[in-house]
Amino acid sequence: MKKYLPLIVLAVLAVLPLIGLSTYTMHMIILVIMWATVGMAWNLLAGYCGQVSFGHAAYFGVGAYTSGILYSHLNMSPWWGIPISIVVVTIFSFLLGLMVLRLRGPFFTLATLAMGEVMRVTAENLVWLTGGSTGILIRERTWIDKTHYYYIILAIAVVTFLVIKLLVRSKMGYYFMAIREDQDAAESLGINTTLYKTIALCISGALTGIAGAFYTNYMGYIDPEVVFALHDVSIVTIMIVMVGGVATLSGPFVGAAIMVLLAELVRSQLADLVRSMPSLGAAHQVFFGILLILIIIFLPNGIVGDFQKIKRMFRVGGACK
Amino acid sequence: MESFLQTLIAGVLLGGLYALIGIGMTLIMGVMKIINLAHGELMMVGMYIAFWMFAKYGIDPYLSVVIASPILFFLGIFIQKFLVNPVLKVDSILPENQVILTVGIGMVLANLATILFTSDYRSTPVSYATKAWYLSDYWNNAPIELSLSFPWTVSFVFAVVITGILWFFLSKTDTGKSIRATAQDLDAALLMGVNVKRMRVVTFGLGAGLVGAAGCLFIPIYYLYPSLGGKFTLIAFVITILGGLGSTIGAIFGGLILGIFESMTATYVGMGWAPVGRFLIFVVALIFLPGGMASLLKKKRMRK
Amino acid sequence: MSLLEVRNISKLFGGLAASSNISFTIQKGEILGLIGPNGAGKTTLFNIVDGFYAPTKGQVLFKGQVISGLKPHQICKLGLARTFQVVKPLQRMSVLDNVIASAFLRAKNKAEAVNIAMETLRFTGLDADQDVISRGLPLGKRKKLEIARALATQPELLLLDESFAGLNHSELNESIEIIRNIKARGITIMIIEHHMKVIMSISDRIVVINYGQKIAEGTPQEIRNNPLVVEAYLGE
Repeated sequence: MKKYLPLIVLAVLAVLPLIGLSTYTMHMIILVIMWATVGMAWNLLAGYCGQVSFGHAAYFGVGAYTSGILYSHLNMSPWWGIPISIVVVTIFSFLLGLMVLRLRGPFFTLATLAMGEVMRVTAENLVWLTGGSTGILIRERTWIDKTHYYYIILAIAVVTFLVIKLLVRSKMGYYFMAIREDQDAAESLGINTTLYKTIALCISGALTGIAGAFYTNYMGYIDPEVVFALHDVSIVTIMIVMVGGVATLSGPFVGAAIMVLLAELVRSQLADLVRSMPSLGAAHQVFFGILLILIIIFLPNGIVGDFQKIKRMFRVGGACK
Repeated sequence: MESFLQTLIAGVLLGGLYALIGIGMTLIMGVMKIINLAHGELMMVGMYIAFWMFAKYGIDPYLSVVIASPILFFLGIFIQKFLVNPVLKVDSILPENQVILTVGIGMVLANLATILFTSDYRSTPVSYATKAWYLSDYWNNAPIELSLSFPWTVSFVFAVVITGILWFFLSKTDTGKSIRATAQDLDAALLMGVNVKRMRVVTFGLGAGLVGAAGCLFIPIYYLYPSLGGKFTLIAFVITILGGLGSTIGAIFGGLILGIFESMTATYVGMGWAPVGRFLIFVVALIFLPGGMASLLKKKRMRK
Repeated sequence: MSLLEVRNISKLFGGLAASSNISFTIQKGEILGLIGPNGAGKTTLFNIVDGFYAPTKGQVLFKGQVISGLKPHQICKLGLARTFQVVKPLQRMSVLDNVIASAFLRAKNKAEAVNIAMETLRFTGLDADQDVISRGLPLGKRKKLEIARALATQPELLLLDESFAGLNHSELNESIEIIRNIKARGITIMIIEHHMKVIMSISDRIVVINYGQKIAEGTPQEIRNNPLVVEAYLGE
């Protein structure tokens, strides 16, 4: 049963648009799948290879802007951004890796955070290329209907899932986990840690970049504050995986579903209670902050990662009654 | 030449304040070996306290130092005891959980501030806000004209005084010496009978108290809004990395270097690029100067 | 030609000499014991040989090739593996996965890596524990896992850093047996050990260092009668 679960989920997802969901519901599901993709990409680098990045917005943003700039400067369809961003973001990740991968543990984390911010400020200031804070607007939308976008992001997510699934069971996966567990031990076992960390970073970056390019096409508008955002991209990505399950294949899906739906729930429920828009956003951030703190203290490996722990908790609770 | 000197002065004044923020961070990182990504948010809390005291009771922001610091000290102790400590004991795949935890704390603080105070920009319109000293007032035939802003100068002086008191505390009192011992060599400190657990709690409180004080010194010269914390967290990091983990002297140098560098970038490259310069210093320092300024100083001493 | 040659190695740490001007060779097929009081610089020497530290002066040659300056993974690829005194198991991976990760170095595919790993686990007597998550292992078995992992890279020279420390009597005998079997496979061994009886009984030759300097070299019999060595140990 467990073996076929991904296939069953895929089959359900494949026929989902046929049952006539509302545009709003489709939008939610598309966001869940997109964030799950970014989460999987982050998880490969952080969860499996142990390199906790606080700057995945950099790859997301470069992917998104690859699409946007192809459209605004070269008059190409922004859809070209998806294949081209693979090349662009891989090169970008490689160059970034040369700098940040020399660092270990928390220092790597901080350097990636800084690089994410550097990219945001750079995008704001390179007005001739990016349009600065005004952003880039894609005037001709390909489809009004969400179904096409849905299948495209689903395909991207499936490919990402398969790539990661194959990777973690191969030699590379063993090497990534060895590096995560003990970098010195890994070196002494003949593992070229610099090389494999760079590979993990490039794959993770490229997958994130594809999601970014999709975002440009789907939303039709990008600006540096949105796609290079520290909180709304880099940290949301971390939260998705933390909530769902670090170093698990299905964790990012669970996490993305919970995060996107919770955000909507909080938004719709609080809208009546809170009058002004800014404090509404703030209220749901407070809520997420508290959720993050609780998850880290009580379920440090996420819902999927600590599933046994959760089961045990409920069993004990049941026995008490 | 004139604009260069003026920029340099502005940089030094800014750097003195930065140093105070950096010292709080470097103490926490040195003693606890953890990264506190909520440092800037703690400063933001200090600023709102000063702002509130001014708006409600007309208390001068500089006086609020004695109010905000103790409050932040206890907030720091609370965070360390009830949030950070439990996480350090939890087993998880990613050791960086503790960093992510402080992100959560920062998120809660910043957004609670938004709910309580809205995201409007605030400032304390003190009477001396625009007062300044001009070189030409004292020297009629001065070849160049330089000015020295009153609130900037007062904030700088306060920062120097607080740093001095801290230095006295760390080098002359038993608690201070224990904190330094813990930062330098944990095992040795344990052997000497230092209550490391208590030192960690005290240090987190102290770091928070210092950055709270820095908040009070910043508000007369800076705008206040709930999300400014992230920016100052990063500034504190740049300084800590530049100065070397746990090194107070390093943090002072780091603060000054960063202040001058930012001021120069803003004048000669453009306002918008100042943050880029900050990050570049950060990454360059992380990669090429892993021990910070402190390691350079040490190396020099060794060669002698 | 000797398998490993350490040539005039010196290592300074901020002005302090952890090793000064050490030279010795290891011949193919022998077991070389490296002994010395605590803090004599034994582990530093290992770290230099396998590439974690670059020597301040001097060279290390492996199979006639200069290896000082290479990275640890490159040296491992050439056929030199080590264990760590403070064991470094890949904590959250099973015993088998630990060994598979290192077996990949010579294996062409995963099936082959698994075969090498299984064989190595049988050889070191860990096959019953293959599914245990390695951080749950008792110390004795962790020490064995270190050896198994190093062996799975199929080295010509194996550096063992205190593989016997903290073992009880029966574990000790098992480990001695394992090391004799490793030797029987034609793998050369350099071993750091505090347990005098063990080192004297298994080593073909012994190098003694104290305060970062080589003070004696010879057969166990010669070392036992060397006045400098006696002084170094009694003076401790």
